[in-house]
Amino acid sequence: MLPAERVQKATGLRLFWYTIWARAYPRIIGSTREKSWLFFETVLPLMGTASYVFVYRAIGAPEAYTGFVVLGGAMTAFWLNVLWAMASQLYWDKDGGNLELYVVSPGPLMAILLGMAVGGILMTATRAVIILGVCSFLFNVSYQIASLPLLVLIFVVTMAALYGMGMMFASIFLAAGREAWHISNLLQEPIYLASGFYFPVKAMGFWIATFASVIPLTLGLDAMRQLIFAGDPTLGFLSVEVELIILLVLSVVFIYGAIKMLAKLEEIGRREGRLIERRR
Amino acid sequence: MSITRSFLDTPFVRRSNRLRTFITAAWLGWQIESNWADPFLFAIYSIVRPVTSVLILVVMYSVITNGALQEPIFAYIYLGNALYILVGQVITGVSWSVIDDREHYRTLRQLYTTPMDGYFYLMGRGVARLIIGLISVLITIGFGIIAFQLPISIGAINWPMLLASTILGVLSLAAIGMVVGSLTLMLARHFWSLGDAISGALYLFTGAIFPLDVLPAWLRPIGFAFPVTYWLELARRAILGPNAAKFPTLSGFSDLELTGILAAITLMLLVFSWFFYRWALHRAKENGIFDMETSY
Repeated sequence: MLPAERVQKATGLRLFWYTIWARAYPRIIGSTREKSWLFFETVLPLMGTASYVFVYRAIGAPEAYTGFVVLGGAMTAFWLNVLWAMASQLYWDKDGGNLELYVVSPGPLMAILLGMAVGGILMTATRAVIILGVCSFLFNVSYQIASLPLLVLIFVVTMAALYGMGMMFASIFLAAGREAWHISNLLQEPIYLASGFYFPVKAMGFWIATFASVIPLTLGLDAMRQLIFAGDPTLGFLSVEVELIILLVLSVVFIYGAIKMLAKLEEIGRREGRLIERRR
Repeated sequence: MSITRSFLDTPFVRRSNRLRTFITAAWLGWQIESNWADPFLFAIYSIVRPVTSVLILVVMYSVITNGALQEPIFAYIYLGNALYILVGQVITGVSWSVIDDREHYRTLRQLYTTPMDGYFYLMGRGVARLIIGLISVLITIGFGIIAFQLPISIGAINWPMLLASTILGVLSLAAIGMVVGSLTLMLARHFWSLGDAISGALYLFTGAIFPLDVLPAWLRPIGFAFPVTYWLELARRAILGPNAAKFPTLSGFSDLELTGILAAITLMLLVFSWFFYRWALHRAKENGIFDMETSY
């Protein structure tokens, strides 16, 4: 019998880092092991996006709007992922019995949330790219990218803010119990409307667009559209630079909020003994 | 339960196992759908989603046409989207019962040890979502009349045609829901998105929010195969009367012809769903997957 290999115990930042990848692992590897999800996760939003393209065609909209819808349709994947696989995830984990394993493991809960976000972004990016590619091909969308580095930067910051918000929501949804399901349902169409997923958010008017800017995808999508469909006069609620600064602020606020809320929820949950109670 | 009890106690219902199953399942479905929140929150939840969904289309339309809401195509789009609420609600209402009972409440095994009729149980479970859907449709249409002056006059509505087409439409949707629910009995993966996938496909192919003529010619025949296409056309004609927009694909059909086609497809779907359910149930039991908890 071989002598047992001595395992080096991870602590501090190393533990945090390992925990992130341990939680991201099933999402990343899982998506490559079972490819059938690609059909279900891309065809469904693709049909919804195509419907909105045909509406624009039925009312004689300029061709540029097809591009707006295609980009918005691709970005819905991220919003749905944040709602169903970030915000609701701790609740699912509680229901499935995983949360208690997370709690008793030495890995920090914040790192687990971050791991979910990393895995979620990678998995959803695949889905978004497919929707974007297929729809662009089917509907013959042409792009005029003003600045690729800025576009990438906007995307990264938007994702940081968006998934930061998802991490913050995870604690709120866990506290909400079985209402989490309905909250997620409720936050779909209203956000598609307010954030301008299928039309330039400027069309909603200044005040609604301002309030909707709390959702990172509002400004992220507007900035990306400005950079991808350069020169279209219907775009640009704010300038790309201003939108980038606001998105950076939102990222910091949401991630800080997520840390605070998770700590609070854990403390209350442990004190009242309801953190892993499955009946709620 | 007291209202349900009075139904169950009537001699006619007492004699029928299927009717008792259906009514009890409808009551159970209503409890599950509505008791998670107080009535106020539940009402908001039932209103906000459909209204914002239709507002997306209103904004899209207004941006392009500078607010020409009096054009017939606006009423066509608005009504189509409002009525379509029922499609998703009924199909997923029936099919999700299997997921709820098997995966969430883990009661499928216990349910099927009772003398209930499974087909009528699933149909009954869809009633709650049908009621919620109907309320949402009425609110959305009412909102359209008040906010966007939809050309609808209560007195001018062809009620017999609206009722007949809606009953047939809902029955056909319930049959589709049964087929999806039966498939769910045999699936271990992806069952979450099956109902949504079907209703998403119908949204695209049935001319719910745009005339079928806009679709490429090779895709249009798909729309003709689904009952939703005919139900939506009939309901629009019944509600809007002469104000209904006419498009070449369906304008050649008279009301009677459309009703006949809808009735024939509905009947076929109901018969098919009955046999398909029995086959799927048998397969699920044979393969030992009937009560599996996949945690997928």
